[in-house]
Amino acid sequence: MTILSEANAKALLEKVIKLSKADQVECNLDGNIGGNIRYARNTVSTAGEESDLVLVVQSTFGKRTGTATINEFDDASLAKVVERSEELAKLAPENEEYMPNFGTQKYLPSNTYFESTASISPENRAQAAEDSIAPSKKNKLVAAGFLEEQVRFRAIMNNTGLFAYNKDTNVDFSVTIRTEDGKGSGWVTRNYSDYKLLDTAKASSIAIMKSKNSVDAKALEPGKYTVILEPAASVGLLGNMVRNFGQRGADEGRSFLSYKLKEGEDASKAPKNRLGEKMFDEVVNIYSDPQHPIAPAAPFGNDGYPRKRTDWIKNGVIANMPNSPYWAKKTEVPYMPSGGNIIMDGGDQSLEDMIKSTRRGILVTRLWYIRSLDPQSLLYTGLTRDGTFYIEDGKIKYPIKNFRFNESPIVMLNNIEALGKPERIDGNMIPPMKIRDFTFSSLSDAV
Amino acid sequence: MERRDFIKLGGAGMGALLMPVSGLAVSLDQLLDKPMDVAYKKKLADIALNAAKAAGATYADARIGRYLNQFVRTSETRVDNIVNTESAGIGIRVIANGTWGFASTSNMTPDSIAQTAQRAVAVAKANSKFQTSPVKLAPVKGVGDVKWQTPITKNAFEVPIKDKVDLLLSVNDAAMANGANFISSTLFLVNEQKYFASTDGSYIDQDIHRLWAPFTATAVGPEGFKQRSSLGNPVGMGYEYLDGLEKDKIKITGANVGYNNSYDMLEDAAAAGKQLKAKLKAKSVEPGKYDIVLDPAHLMLTIHESVGHPLELDRVLGYEANYAGTSFATLDKWKSGKFQYGSDIVNLFADKTQPYSLGNVAYDDEGVKTKQWDLIKDGILVNYQATRDQVHMIDQNESHGCSYSQSWRDVQFQRMSNVSLKPNPKDISAEDVIKDVEKGIYIAGRGSFSIDQQRYNFQFGGQLFYEIKDGKIVDQIEDVAYQSNTQEFWNSCTQMAGKSDYRVGGSFFDGKGQPSQVSAVSHGCPTTRFNNINVINTARNV
Repeated sequence: MTILSEANAKALLEKVIKLSKADQVECNLDGNIGGNIRYARNTVSTAGEESDLVLVVQSTFGKRTGTATINEFDDASLAKVVERSEELAKLAPENEEYMPNFGTQKYLPSNTYFESTASISPENRAQAAEDSIAPSKKNKLVAAGFLEEQVRFRAIMNNTGLFAYNKDTNVDFSVTIRTEDGKGSGWVTRNYSDYKLLDTAKASSIAIMKSKNSVDAKALEPGKYTVILEPAASVGLLGNMVRNFGQRGADEGRSFLSYKLKEGEDASKAPKNRLGEKMFDEVVNIYSDPQHPIAPAAPFGNDGYPRKRTDWIKNGVIANMPNSPYWAKKTEVPYMPSGGNIIMDGGDQSLEDMIKSTRRGILVTRLWYIRSLDPQSLLYTGLTRDGTFYIEDGKIKYPIKNFRFNESPIVMLNNIEALGKPERIDGNMIPPMKIRDFTFSSLSDAV
Repeated sequence: MERRDFIKLGGAGMGALLMPVSGLAVSLDQLLDKPMDVAYKKKLADIALNAAKAAGATYADARIGRYLNQFVRTSETRVDNIVNTESAGIGIRVIANGTWGFASTSNMTPDSIAQTAQRAVAVAKANSKFQTSPVKLAPVKGVGDVKWQTPITKNAFEVPIKDKVDLLLSVNDAAMANGANFISSTLFLVNEQKYFASTDGSYIDQDIHRLWAPFTATAVGPEGFKQRSSLGNPVGMGYEYLDGLEKDKIKITGANVGYNNSYDMLEDAAAAGKQLKAKLKAKSVEPGKYDIVLDPAHLMLTIHESVGHPLELDRVLGYEANYAGTSFATLDKWKSGKFQYGSDIVNLFADKTQPYSLGNVAYDDEGVKTKQWDLIKDGILVNYQATRDQVHMIDQNESHGCSYSQSWRDVQFQRMSNVSLKPNPKDISAEDVIKDVEKGIYIAGRGSFSIDQQRYNFQFGGQLFYEIKDGKIVDQIEDVAYQSNTQEFWNSCTQMAGKSDYRVGGSFFDGKGQPSQVSAVSHGCPTTRFNNINVINTARNV
């Protein structure tokens, strides 16, 4: 069994900590059980189940740290992993940025675990796949999809009083449904903590509709267009932006959040970063919240420090920037850990409402192969995929060929026309967004 | 957002360098342990094969794997982390009722192995309910007991940790002494000890080594900040790759030094510092049409994205439709025998026997002897990359040997072979390729790479860009990316250097499949010219 109860995890970690001779020792215990099924060409291709339980031991003597991991749990193995991490620590040079482990912490209650997800059987998975394949076949379409569920726990303990434990479940489903001649393609994705919410037939009906309606796409000229980005289309750009929010990079001059000196301004008196600066439209509110009812996250991060609701962008203003304990101490600010999810506020409008209120625009299902072009302006490139449609006078008029975009989320979040009702995507909550002047730089023949 | 199969290298705030690792860590002395006795591995494998057959499998293979990794990561003057890992176990794949089944375990007792084999058969039988086309395997003759090892001369796991730390910290010093303000450098070592057995009668023991030593340096100035990553390659070699031999250096006048099968990391880091200073001051490219000359450390990734991936047969057939995508290089184009993928000087071949390459093995992960074969011949599409269960779909009866799994725990499937561009039969130099260019750009190193899901439209950047005027490299420039369509691009190939300029680069962590698996693959090529390519400017004020 690789999912331990809190009491069993605690007892095991206490045993490990007792074996340590290091000045500081911290252990992470991660367990998981997962199952998956994959299908393509309207038939199951692979399926499997996996489980693992891994102990990570980080030992420190003075400022020398070493890490070792093990997945065996007899007494001899536990002694070995502790010794190995201590041996590596003694070989490591001193790390001038070493910070001591945290002491005892208090955590918010967690709502990340659902029994429904923990009890999925191979038969459930096979049926969920069939519920997606059968309607595709009926429509003379070809389905390729993937369903995966995970039950996980994490426990952290150190020799300075910290103990954290959390159990969570996650289910991911996605399917690409294409026409037999390859001229149309539709895609849908669903992500939940609770398997009961997943209906693969209902989700697949959206991909079927997009697939059939995307045949014989017309080519529009590249340029700037009003776009409606479904949550799956904007989550990649938003995620990249939030990952670049770190205070240290900004303070060191290597981030889009580094302070830009004004002409004649004295660098020694100027701030190092753009905290408090209004950089986005005032409707933009982005935060992390471990207790979000639909997209919850563990109540602590990898270092065992408690998570709480944290604003990153408040009414368009940079509200907080994540840092490390070392950088927080050096710059005399509070430690601000990264969040476990991205929650962006939206409105009440449905995607349909947003289409209805659009005179001319483009509906984008998803963006693909997003890569950085310039970290200074957060300029990214990538392509639309699996359902791109032209909207005119409030209606979807016709499918269009896919575009390559070259755009920055900074520009995107300054050009907001409307925000819809947020949906869960990859563990985050993202609204559909109507954005003006989104830059498409070339056409792609890909379907 | 939180993936458990990854270890974060470096402390908090060190950036998201996540490495796929699994299993247990090992001490330094244990890293040098002799692998498990081959006779014992054979006994365990036979238990798996016999249990699978007894449960109703018509075919079975077992992979007993021991995977060792070592990662050392540094930033500026400090060591962020040193991690040793080991993972061992057995993966058993079967065909029952004409359907694949797979199961794996780290518990290597005879009972556990037999049960795992039975579980694989049970999975196959359960899935056969929805199977519409039974698996057909291309024949493979059993090879009996064979052994193979990556041709290394210095086992990197035997080099003391101190030497590795000293090297990386010296590299960081060299970059910072020459203009960089920040640098992170890493050493990745991989050793796959793989034992493959199948009901065809093969017992194949392979010991595979790979190494990569990348760095990224950053310079900050009043103009903003710029980055430059290493021009070294991930390789299928031992620590000897880091010897920095002069014979493996190719110097391009006015530009960079290219590295073949030996890398001078210190020299490259010092050059990076100087080039960063120039990058901060460099003029921004004027967008338009240029003749572009691509250095092998850049072109390798263009080959990977625009030739390697679209010619994977599982993509062509639709097995990757929901993740990586499909391919423009459809079967009808191949069957026509006339599809002009590139100009008639373009010859691209697949080869898993290429020494020092990342994909170099004697047998793939389903016991097929590796080989070399043509993909594009005189510009025409002539073949794909396939596994045993796929080749019958292209009317062939011999697998190409493209099966790979990242560990004992995961099922093997079709992965890219090394795919390389043949050099010019005339052994001309990189500078000969540049000398006929009136208005052009020379690009070195891998930068931002993005391509659509059928591999038509791409936009690629690099690390270093130099303006070419009247046959000569003049100034370093910035903000360059080229946009093209795969077929148009390869048809605009007008010149390439010869074998003396041929170098092998690679991708250490190529991702594919659901659940996603990584694979390492190399691409050889000489410096090559493409005429009249659309170049865009990637700078933007926001």
